[in-house]
Amino acid sequence: MAEVLDNLKTLAPPAELKRSQNVINNRGLGYLTDKLTAFNEGKTPRWWWILFFPSVFGAAVILPSMLIYQISTGVGVWGNNHPVMWGWDIINFVWWVGVAHAGTLISAMLFLTRQHWRTAIGRAAEAMTVFAVMMAGLYPGIHVGRAWFDWFMFPVPTSNGLWPQFRSPLMWDVFAVNTYLMVSTLFWYMGLIPDLALLRDRSKTRVRKFLYGLFALGWTGSARHWHNYEKAYTVLSGLATLLVFTVSSIVGMDFATSQLAGWHATIFPLYFVVGAVYCGFGMVLVLLIPLRKLCHLEDIITMRHMDRICKMTLLSSLAITYIYLMEYFIAWYSGDPYERWVFSHRLFGTTYWYGGWIMLGINFLMAQLLWFKRIRQNLKIVFILAILINIGMWFERFTIIVGSLYQDFLPANWGFYKQTWVDIGTFLGTLGVFFTMYLLFIRFLPMIAVSEVKAITPQADPHHPLGGAKGGKS
Amino acid sequence: MSKKNYGLIAEFDSPAAVLRAAEKVRDAGYRRWDVFSPFPVHGLDKVMGLGNSLVGWFSLVFGGGAFVGTMVLIWFTNAFDYPLIVGGKPMFSVPMSFVPSYILLVLAAAIGAFVGMIALNQLPRHHHPLFGKKRFELVSRDKFFLAVGATDPKFSETETRKLLEEIGGAHIELVEDDE
Repeated sequence: MAEVLDNLKTLAPPAELKRSQNVINNRGLGYLTDKLTAFNEGKTPRWWWILFFPSVFGAAVILPSMLIYQISTGVGVWGNNHPVMWGWDIINFVWWVGVAHAGTLISAMLFLTRQHWRTAIGRAAEAMTVFAVMMAGLYPGIHVGRAWFDWFMFPVPTSNGLWPQFRSPLMWDVFAVNTYLMVSTLFWYMGLIPDLALLRDRSKTRVRKFLYGLFALGWTGSARHWHNYEKAYTVLSGLATLLVFTVSSIVGMDFATSQLAGWHATIFPLYFVVGAVYCGFGMVLVLLIPLRKLCHLEDIITMRHMDRICKMTLLSSLAITYIYLMEYFIAWYSGDPYERWVFSHRLFGTTYWYGGWIMLGINFLMAQLLWFKRIRQNLKIVFILAILINIGMWFERFTIIVGSLYQDFLPANWGFYKQTWVDIGTFLGTLGVFFTMYLLFIRFLPMIAVSEVKAITPQADPHHPLGGAKGGKS
Repeated sequence: MSKKNYGLIAEFDSPAAVLRAAEKVRDAGYRRWDVFSPFPVHGLDKVMGLGNSLVGWFSLVFGGGAFVGTMVLIWFTNAFDYPLIVGGKPMFSVPMSFVPSYILLVLAAAIGAFVGMIALNQLPRHHHPLFGKKRFELVSRDKFFLAVGATDPKFSETETRKLLEEIGGAHIELVEDDE
């Protein structure tokens, strides 16, 4: 009997039941370490500089000049005016918050559900989250007009005795976005500690050793440390998962609690969460497809990984499509003439009809291409699709915000909105800051969580023959 | 500067080897020993007898405190210190205070988890006797180390070294610490 059991243990599962490997070509621990730190230690490649210079121009020239001009002059330099008081600033705020969400979803939710494939893309996605939330947080701060009064948003005791008004979702937003920034930064940094220790141990120069060592906090890889670390990581994942659902919900409530037709809908919190995740997956693809190729990470970020991100994108596209349909259905079913007016004008109006069509055309129609394996396997097409998804989701916010504001209940509140060069410049500037930070991140920090990737290989499993276990028995 | 012994370290090539070695060190009756690895080795916390980590409690206390604290803050600012009627809404109500309180619960619980991890691991500690060993730099790469502390009551430089040799440790070295 025991013999039969032993034989059963050594029998390989049939090919279709065999789990595909997360790291292909059976790479060992040493190889993975060298490979994943190579980009941080090698010479800066030319493509990095080519991408870095325009990004830095956006970050160091365009954005500061736009901010100085806008803050010193007033929000009048933007296109916002009665009745469209929220323009590109809030569109971009919602867009950046949305971009951030997929990072948290990948790094936290897929961790809790034990999806091992997340290890290869988690770090890069988390970095995207951190930088995107920073950009998002900038917009409300300058949208208030008098940025030097931003501290009014926090409950600071002053002699005026005035306090923030906590009954408004706009106030909740302040806390939500700041919390999101801090929690995602903590989560990202904690994941980085073992890898910073790795870079410290590999450093050849004193400066590198000092700097990496400083931030590695003296990590030794002790089993007792790992024990607490894993617990803390699980707790942080759980908390970050809560934020996936909360932050965009609160952004959605900023809209839903108003009386405006097109905004006043109970589906809004969910709508914004789903849209955020969808848009974020688009951005993950935009970042990962070139990085995978340029940094030669095909063995670690495999086609299987890309395939799965594509499927998640497709899934979130279906969810957002359902919400679009619901939104139109409820607008019709409510019988409210203003609701019907707004929604018919999103597609058949005279002014902003293109926004509605772009939104539906990309987010609903074009995303269906991801059903086909041949499309998912062709990364060039997926890359173009991912950029389109980001554009589509930008237009979704445009349609929701401008499309609802420009014609409300009274003809006296009918107007027109057009962005100015300052709106465009500010957005380009934030893109510049985002990509600058992202490029610096991939240059100086491991863009793939080295210790996590190593931990999911068979070589790291003490019960696997490759991990040193005696064959057959475990 | 006088030196004192920190302990003996031995190097292993695979997670299974270090796991087997850890079992033997435990069975030999040692108390103050530790394993160093590039990633958490599955099953090691059982061998080392590490119970549930206390990090969760830090999170709970921080998060719970922040939730209650924010509720009190909102009541104090909006209903007590400077009551202001806004849209006929109640001065204080749980549903409207729940959202910011919940958000700050998440923030504080996350900070709690991080602080707990750092505090329980006694980090940051930029000087560590093991950092003096050149081979120990491989710990973050692909090697596994087992260290038996000199403060262990059973520690003896010769006997412990013999045990580490028997269980297959390579590059056994005595680590010294500055006094």
